[in-house]
Amino acid sequence: MNSLISQIRISLVATIVLAVILCGVYPALIWGVAQALFPNKANGSLVIRNGKIIGSELIAQNFTDAKYFHPRPSSAGDVGYDATSSGGSNLGPTSKKLIDLVRQRVDTYRSENNLPQTILVPADAVTSSASGLDPHISLKNALLQAPRVAKTRGIDEKALVEKIQANTDGRDMRILGEPRVNVLTLNLSLDAS
Amino acid sequence: MHYFGWIQLALFVGLLLALTKPMGVYLTRVLDVDGKTFLDLIMRPVERLVYLLLGIDPRKEQDWKQYSFSLIAFSLVGALFTYAILRLQHLLPLNPQGFGPVDDHLSFNTAVSFITNTNWQSYGGESTMSYFSQMVGLALHNFTSAASGIAIAAAVVRGVSRNSSKTIGNFWTDLTRIILYVLLPICIIYSIFLVSQGMIQNFKPYETAQVINPYAAQVIKKDVNGQEIKDERDKPLTEERKVATQTILQGPMASQVAIKMLGTNGGGFTNANAAHPYENPTPLSNFLQMLSILLIPSGLTYYLGRTVKNQRHGWAVWSAMATILLVGFLVCWWAESNGNPHFQVLGVDASAGNLEGKEARFGIFNSALFATVTTGTSCGAVNSMHDSFTPLGGLIPMLNIQLGEVIFGGVGAGLYGMIVFVVLAVFLAGLMIGKTPEYIGKKIEAYDVKASVMFIMVPVLGILGFTAWAATSSWGLSGLNNAGPHGFSEILYAYSSAAGNNGSAFAGLGTNSYWYDITLGIVMLLGRFFMIVPVLALAGNLAKKKLVPPSEGSFPVTGPIFTIILIGTVLIVGALTFFPALSLGPVVEQYIMTHSSTLF
Repeated sequence: MNSLISQIRISLVATIVLAVILCGVYPALIWGVAQALFPNKANGSLVIRNGKIIGSELIAQNFTDAKYFHPRPSSAGDVGYDATSSGGSNLGPTSKKLIDLVRQRVDTYRSENNLPQTILVPADAVTSSASGLDPHISLKNALLQAPRVAKTRGIDEKALVEKIQANTDGRDMRILGEPRVNVLTLNLSLDAS
Repeated sequence: MHYFGWIQLALFVGLLLALTKPMGVYLTRVLDVDGKTFLDLIMRPVERLVYLLLGIDPRKEQDWKQYSFSLIAFSLVGALFTYAILRLQHLLPLNPQGFGPVDDHLSFNTAVSFITNTNWQSYGGESTMSYFSQMVGLALHNFTSAASGIAIAAAVVRGVSRNSSKTIGNFWTDLTRIILYVLLPICIIYSIFLVSQGMIQNFKPYETAQVINPYAAQVIKKDVNGQEIKDERDKPLTEERKVATQTILQGPMASQVAIKMLGTNGGGFTNANAAHPYENPTPLSNFLQMLSILLIPSGLTYYLGRTVKNQRHGWAVWSAMATILLVGFLVCWWAESNGNPHFQVLGVDASAGNLEGKEARFGIFNSALFATVTTGTSCGAVNSMHDSFTPLGGLIPMLNIQLGEVIFGGVGAGLYGMIVFVVLAVFLAGLMIGKTPEYIGKKIEAYDVKASVMFIMVPVLGILGFTAWAATSSWGLSGLNNAGPHGFSEILYAYSSAAGNNGSAFAGLGTNSYWYDITLGIVMLLGRFFMIVPVLALAGNLAKKKLVPPSEGSFPVTGPIFTIILIGTVLIVGALTFFPALSLGPVVEQYIMTHSSTLF
């Protein structure tokens, strides 16, 4: 019995001692180093214009105007792109709701970008991402939207394609992941010029 | 299945292989109370201070019953500690969003989930948990439950390797040394790397951004209970909502994510877990997150070989794990690359595969590999939504969990789980060829086999029993996000994940209800403690036995034949047990998806 009580006493002390080290000292240390070395990233890669926060480079926000490139569909929150409620649709491959949504998105994408039936729609343009906050679209998707954006803005399509390429990240270290276009930084670069 | 995928796969497996020996050698030193490491200069004083505060003699060893009791007492105290923090969240500091107390059933579920290394989450982190709850209530167990797992593995390996020994180590010494010499130092470097990739680490309140392109969205009207309001023709009513701002979460994320991956915990800071652009910002961070899941479990196989003085045995176990992992991965990758035929009919480009619930920066390859790795181990972090995988692609993560979390498995838990399968494999092989089964000089007898079978039966009963209950009751069905076979898969996955202490989900299933929280909590407890006790009993019993030198009649536990028998044992137990249930879920759904136009 004595040994049982002593084990519970040790458990209590261990919980407190470890909490101080692992939940106090450790995160505070990382916070200090992160804020010193990577202040912008540690604070959310926020984009600030005229002293106002207008978004984060890493968090998708919705663009609906024709003059902007549009992000991937989002299932985060009721409205989508809700950065306090990340998540996917979690609809399975034989879900009627999902197939209906995709059908609707394909139609919208085709009519917005004036695409004939013969051109296949990029998968990333009509499927919602895992986080609902995916900041990227595929290069194919961006190029199919380019004529619409160029026309609406009355700018040269060639110059626009160069802008897309400037906002494209290749595979990390040329091998890892997928090439991708950051929608927010691309749209900001359009507004800036 | 693009060739860039094959290059990444080769790089991944190559790096894992290269890291296994250094990690294993290092673990061998840490798990020996007198072992010397290059961190002694910094950590020795801290280690001594911890022993002093605990009032223990680090060299005084425990028998298996004392070892189990220390572990269970520590886990229970930890569970109460976290339960209290969650219930009192509104009174505690570091709560800039002003979150209220967490519900009682959710607090129970979450506390159990984190002490068992499961990290099942019935909540969305960014909308429920204060920074204090995340950092203290939850992240503490990311360290301690991982360290406990490694400690048990070490105790079992000691049981196998020692000659006529009553004791199997000291739990408190193992716990302290694993945390101070392995988990904490790696996490310090790792979390700073994660910040360099874009992960956040701050204590600020959430930021509000003025969006660049304000717009009005049509939103489905919901009543106070979150149910859609419908008109007389059963169509959901919509209302217009103007969107001009976006609230962007903040918090001390990097320090927590590092241990979440390294300790195969998997509990996300955010609801989207490692799919969230803050929680896994780049393909490089993703690559290292996958590698860090496997780092310790893989190193432990080397530790096994080194400790029992049969390195080829360690590699044979590694090969068995790696083979099952790779074969499963290839099936998953293939299924996801093929995509969903229902999309293709609509004119969607099939070449990109099934991108529903996946992130553009990861694509199919990295989503499929992450899903396989996170479920083969008991990690459970996700970088894509498994619920939206194709049926076969989603079957692999589910099967990985059901095989008992031994495909590298959780830190420690994978190794001791696999040792149980080794015991069964040599027993079966011994029966087949008529020899006395023995494992590295230890005779395997009735007690050992009974303990092993108990270990294997517990998750089976937990998964199948509770799945059957939930699938036939109104509380079970009311959580479903999908109908038809996919709905059944959601329930089966949930209890598999809980029993395997995995924590990933077919996340559409709404489990934050009284019955789900409680039953999943019970299954998580079964899947942890009702397996730890038999496995420590096995360790204690093996430790007591005399080591007999290998003879002509010993069944070899090295080489390809042993590896194949071991794989066979794992697959037969898993496949036969779960095949009927899997047939009702993913198997039939795959058939429906490819051969009919039926939708649910």
